[in-house]
Amino acid sequence: MKPLIIADRTFSSRLFTGTGKFSSNRITAEAIRESGSQLVTVALKRVDLDAPHDDLLEHLKMPGLNLLPNTSGVRTAAEAVFAAQLAREALGTNWLKLEIHPDARYLLPDPVETLKATEELAKMGFVVLPYIHADPVLCKRLEDAGAAAVMPLGSPIGSNNGLLTRAFLRIIIEQSNVPVIVDAGIGAPSHAAEAMELGADAVLVNTAIASAVNPVSMAKAFKMAVEAGRAGYEAGLPALSRGNEASPTSPLTAFLSSL
Amino acid sequence: MSFYNLYSAYNWDEVAACIQTKTEADVRVAIAKDKPGLEDFMALVSPAADALLEEMARKSYALTRQKFGKVMQLYIPLYLSNFCENRCVYCGFSNSNRLRRKVLLLDELEQEVSIIRQQPFKHILLVTGEAPVKAGTDYFIAVINQLKSSFSQISLEVQPLSTTEYELLVKQGLYGVYVYQETYNERRYSNYHPAGRKADFRYRLETPDRLGAAGVRKIGIGNLIGLEEWRTEAWFTALHLHYLRKKYWRSKYSISFPRLRPFTGEGFQPNYETTERNLTQLICAYRIFDHEVDLSLSTRERPMYRDNVMSLGITAMSAGSKTGPGGYSNGEALEQFAVNDNRSADMVADVIRCKGYEPVWKDWSMFLQMA
Repeated sequence: MKPLIIADRTFSSRLFTGTGKFSSNRITAEAIRESGSQLVTVALKRVDLDAPHDDLLEHLKMPGLNLLPNTSGVRTAAEAVFAAQLAREALGTNWLKLEIHPDARYLLPDPVETLKATEELAKMGFVVLPYIHADPVLCKRLEDAGAAAVMPLGSPIGSNNGLLTRAFLRIIIEQSNVPVIVDAGIGAPSHAAEAMELGADAVLVNTAIASAVNPVSMAKAFKMAVEAGRAGYEAGLPALSRGNEASPTSPLTAFLSSL
Repeated sequence: MSFYNLYSAYNWDEVAACIQTKTEADVRVAIAKDKPGLEDFMALVSPAADALLEEMARKSYALTRQKFGKVMQLYIPLYLSNFCENRCVYCGFSNSNRLRRKVLLLDELEQEVSIIRQQPFKHILLVTGEAPVKAGTDYFIAVINQLKSSFSQISLEVQPLSTTEYELLVKQGLYGVYVYQETYNERRYSNYHPAGRKADFRYRLETPDRLGAAGVRKIGIGNLIGLEEWRTEAWFTALHLHYLRKKYWRSKYSISFPRLRPFTGEGFQPNYETTERNLTQLICAYRIFDHEVDLSLSTRERPMYRDNVMSLGITAMSAGSKTGPGGYSNGEALEQFAVNDNRSADMVADVIRCKGYEPVWKDWSMFLQMA
């Protein structure tokens, strides 16, 4: 598998993970270890930046694992920029998953505020990974604004509904000059494999692992699915048949040579 | 247009009668739907649903785990004052009760905080009676500023305030406000609230509108169970939530279900008994109706009930609570109501872990709202 490069970092794993909803910080750490993930999101609202040894952060101290702080909870670009600066200072990373979702119920991202914040944060030297709708034009605008990658959603966060935005993800992947990470809605290993087969550069999975009966085993299942999907993509998938008709094996234009 | 306009379009007795007509078949339809509506909610709180409580519990459990995960939020109330100008007939703080009145001075507040800080709480709920002269907006600002360094999430359960006052408090770091209608039966409201500003049904009912307009991040609503028939109260609470969700979509919502119990001796007795089985039905009904709403369970309920019902839809619990000003540092009985779960926060957290959930003490950072 080709390594994935985002900004100045190289990843051999294309599975990114989240840390919410787990039954304990110990299980969180075990699942992440099993997933092989090298980039893990942590919500700034959950960690205690003032505490010398925040329990979740302590559990995430493992070799090769990078933290990706997220701004979940902010509602405007101004709030996101303020929070990002504090996070950079406290956690010692300029990487940021930019989440601006004023919609308190479905946590859907605000495209206007996200674009505004991306412009500002990129200028300030942040490696910005914005969480956004699967909107191809917005993705291009974010790329222009300096986003290090784009993170379009597959379906509403936590819904486990899979790639409901498939048609738009295809266009985003086709057009993007920065890595495309499918985030939100991936509910089963097959969804992750499908995203990778479409050509996504990585996927981010949280609920499907955390809410599984056995999160550690599920983390491994996702690891395998992401690897299989990516390997399939790199091997060159045959075009999918669009109808019910069989594909003829003898050439349809052979008659031309006998004319 | 406020919620009062929508509320006025409904008649309490008609809603109550309609709930009674719901059948088991209606309940099955409501449980099966992805997004039950207000008509379905009537079925979910109807007497007919009692026979399907297990099915409701299963759905409520599954929805809660998917949306919230295997976690339980914990918070602690801090009573700042028991002064009150109201005469609510059910309340220990009523102006007509002979009780030593106290509002915490800022150094007394520090004593309370020093004890609470020995526990892992990061979410604190500040509670007062309703006496703006003794504990008004200026006082709340001073308290919030003193508590900022110790807590990451500060909420209020105090007298209703104006939109401007709420805006001011949000700027200081206020996160959420809980204000309960007590009863949605306007005709009967004055029987329970004969005096003080709380006697104004409409002003109280429109408080969540002011909270939404002021940009308060979490709005808590609910009714006091035991005043009026619980099924109809629940439906009006659901109507309120439904209205608020569409109008103030930036806010999160929480429902609480404080329950009055009959007791021996003098004092207010609930007019309608609501059993633990009824309360369980109510919790499941709210969850099936709204998958994202926070459902909060206080220490009014006894340990055995709390431990068993927590996984069926509950997302937040208080623990180790004292319900009077100065309760943590001097233990004087100036309380609003009797606590039925006297276990320490650590003990409750251990039970939560045993049930397979992570106790979450911190779920907000004040700097996220400080731009």
